[in-house]
Amino acid sequence: MKLTLKIWRQPSQNVKGKFETYNLDNVSEHMSFLEMLDVLNEKLSFEQKIPIAFEHDCREGICGTCSLVINGQPHGPLQGTTTCQLHMRNFKDGETIVIEPYRASAFPVLKDLSVDRGALDRIIQAGGFISVSTGQAQDANAVPIEKDVASHAFDAATCIGCGACVAACPNSSAMLFTSAKVAHLALLPQGKVEAQKRVLNMVRQMDLENFGNCSNITACEAECPKGISVSNIALMNREFLSASFSSNDAN
Amino acid sequence: MDNLNLNGNVPSGDLADKWTKYRSTLPLVAPNNKLKIEIIVVGTGLAGASAAATLGELGYLVKCYTFHDSPRRAHSIAAQGGINAAKNYRNDGDSVFRLFYDTIKGGDYRSREANVYRLAEVSTSIIDQAVAQGVPFAREYGGLLDNRSFGGVQVSRTFYARGQTGQQLLLGAYQSLSRQIALGNVKMFTRHEMIELVLKDGKARGIIARNLLTGELEKHGAHAVVLATGGYGNVFYLSTNAMNCNVTAAMRAVAKGAFMANPCFTQIHPTCIPQMGEYQSKLTLMSESLRNDGRVWVPAKKEDAKAIRDGVKTALDIPEADRDYFLERRYPAFGNLVPRDVASRAAKTACDEGNGIVPTGLGVFLDFSAAIERYGKSKANILGLSNPSHAKVIELGEKVIEEKYGNLFEMYEKISGENPYKFPMKIYPAVHYTMGGLWVDYNLMTNVPGLFSIGESNFSDHGANRLGASALMQGLADGYFVLPYTIGTFLSEDISTPKLDVNAPEFTAAADLAKQRIDKLFAIKGKQSAESFHRRLGKIIWEYCGMSRSAEGLTSARQQVRALRDEFYADLYLPGVANDLNPELEKALRVADFIDLGEIMVVDALDRNESCGGHFREEYQTPDGEALRRDDEYAYVSAWEFKGADQDPVLHKEMLHFDNVELKTRSYK
Repeated sequence: MKLTLKIWRQPSQNVKGKFETYNLDNVSEHMSFLEMLDVLNEKLSFEQKIPIAFEHDCREGICGTCSLVINGQPHGPLQGTTTCQLHMRNFKDGETIVIEPYRASAFPVLKDLSVDRGALDRIIQAGGFISVSTGQAQDANAVPIEKDVASHAFDAATCIGCGACVAACPNSSAMLFTSAKVAHLALLPQGKVEAQKRVLNMVRQMDLENFGNCSNITACEAECPKGISVSNIALMNREFLSASFSSNDAN
Repeated sequence: MDNLNLNGNVPSGDLADKWTKYRSTLPLVAPNNKLKIEIIVVGTGLAGASAAATLGELGYLVKCYTFHDSPRRAHSIAAQGGINAAKNYRNDGDSVFRLFYDTIKGGDYRSREANVYRLAEVSTSIIDQAVAQGVPFAREYGGLLDNRSFGGVQVSRTFYARGQTGQQLLLGAYQSLSRQIALGNVKMFTRHEMIELVLKDGKARGIIARNLLTGELEKHGAHAVVLATGGYGNVFYLSTNAMNCNVTAAMRAVAKGAFMANPCFTQIHPTCIPQMGEYQSKLTLMSESLRNDGRVWVPAKKEDAKAIRDGVKTALDIPEADRDYFLERRYPAFGNLVPRDVASRAAKTACDEGNGIVPTGLGVFLDFSAAIERYGKSKANILGLSNPSHAKVIELGEKVIEEKYGNLFEMYEKISGENPYKFPMKIYPAVHYTMGGLWVDYNLMTNVPGLFSIGESNFSDHGANRLGASALMQGLADGYFVLPYTIGTFLSEDISTPKLDVNAPEFTAAADLAKQRIDKLFAIKGKQSAESFHRRLGKIIWEYCGMSRSAEGLTSARQQVRALRDEFYADLYLPGVANDLNPELEKALRVADFIDLGEIMVVDALDRNESCGGHFREEYQTPDGEALRRDDEYAYVSAWEFKGADQDPVLHKEMLHFDNVELKTRSYK
């Protein structure tokens, strides 16, 4: 395959970026998208140019490190697939591919295609946990949990924290990410104890981080590589409303 | 120190009471003193995150480091299968002793009895802790936890969360860590990579961390340093590890005197998607569970294998009589379910004989057609269909397979572009875990006082071969339930040591050393990328120190690694500058350490004149080609002292004593 790549280059956070065009020949259809970028970087290195910075790690679709907006879609055209699991056979010979970083004010560009997603960690730190210290736990089978409830919680817990939902949203909202953790923990008996405090604190942090609000466009669900459902947002809204009425405690 | 008698500091007493008794008599650090003691934890995988969170809960001042953008990204997250625990919830005869026994036998009797027993003992608390954190383990309809069975054992003791057990356990630990960060007990440094260890008066007192965004070399001090930095599987370049997994933190410790133990014990997993081309960056695991229903084969005729490699024929063109189901042929008793090391070696032999079925020659088939037909017939029976058509049987059978392995088949198709229901999967063994690592005593402290190593980064619990579902168990056991106690033995002596001054000459010297290393790499101004050196190193190690090793090959490998090192320092091209986000510099620093580790691995493999677990020496096999262990001479841990790249490493031995198990030969015939 021969490809034309239009890639966002930006030396650092405070320097203006622009698209650069690269031509790449001999791309195998068996390559993953990131391996294609590896080959381009190897070529740039060989020409003594600066390789393109992009983030990646596990390359099996679970760590959530890889990102990229490919032809306008976070993680590219294939549904339910992270960029690292996307293969070149999903593109056509001679195609022009536009590659950009995630665009959201809460995710500042660090360099080229790398962005800072630390805001997502801070939302978890605001309350996305159960307050149990090591050694305090009772026997694992002491509290039975209905199979369907556990499975529902699992569906929410499967979020990989990649931020594609934010990149997909015209409002740059992090509601899908935040609600997935709120739902995961609120559904389980262990997490119910702190549910009110948790949702208030996490939503407050989400707002502080400059994420937008949800206006029910649901692009987040469509682009989520793990298929996290927007029904989690409904659950979070419900939790948030009832907590707002009944709790004075948001810390 | 006596070269032949490294002391593991195992407490005396009966195996079963050892840990409880020791734990109750360990020196403690009083709460008011903990508030003055700083601990550095490097790494945020299962071991690092659980240790940092627990130490923070105890009141220590914890500083935690990861090169990732977030502590949730460590490669523990990719573990699929499950986590073992001796809960005996199935009432099938499991016990702490049985888990201990299975683990020590599975490790081919090359691990320390007391450590393995302790691991089995605390395994049950891990499950309790994880459930309390909200880890959504699989459950039965009664609401209680489900279990499944795993390779090498006869009980069901594996807890799991679909095929994402590692992810869910890591998120549990990450959430506990996040809570401690919010409380101010842990200070988190993301995008920071440890590139030097700082010793003061012979004790580990800090690290030099490179801020990966700015390139700044930062000096961080603490009363003790804990490395939870994972394994070194990426020395092979291609492995199932994440791209950024590396051995730099461990090798920086080794350069400062810590011993590297059993580096030649590496685990090769038999069922991975084969390499498709030179550009390939990593290998993907297909769960071991597939071997329950898949049959492994290659064409019996070399011309058929060639025709498949050339794309002239497909698997479907090979008649049944011309297929060699080599695992079933060689191991009639266990067939396709032999342990990982045995299955991997057999696949290699088939490919070495010229019967491989992918263009590189390195691949075998994993065929589900027999299982599809069997399940299809049985399903037709259940549905009461008499004389169903072949097409109907296949259709029904494929549905059953989809229920069992659907997500894996989908992943395979995404990567390979082939439909595994119609064509057999193509698989080949790949590196995925390293049993070797930093030498530690019973307290998980290395031979450098104040330097601890936990999880995959140490050598301690898996001997020469790790059983499935025990890596997660060990990482969390070390981090939640062992280190937080044993670190007290060192710190209780240290309560009057004031906060470390990072302006002390030791810190400046270490930072200068790191800077010199970086400057040296930039000064080479050669022509080849770090990546290309890494790829070549991987080829050497895989060829000579992979599934099958010989004295001749290893001797040659050592020369090749040394030549590669010379070439690296003469012809590396490093783009960009040091004071910037520069992934190429990160890679070059890591490759330099992988090269040094590669040589120690080869030396270790050469020293170990026996075959055991993942280490198969061609000279030491039984007449029918099985591993020949030599307990009388090699029942020891080899701990290597690094003397510089141009010197031979020095061997220290910790003799292994087995008072509670009898050493036996494993047989799968």
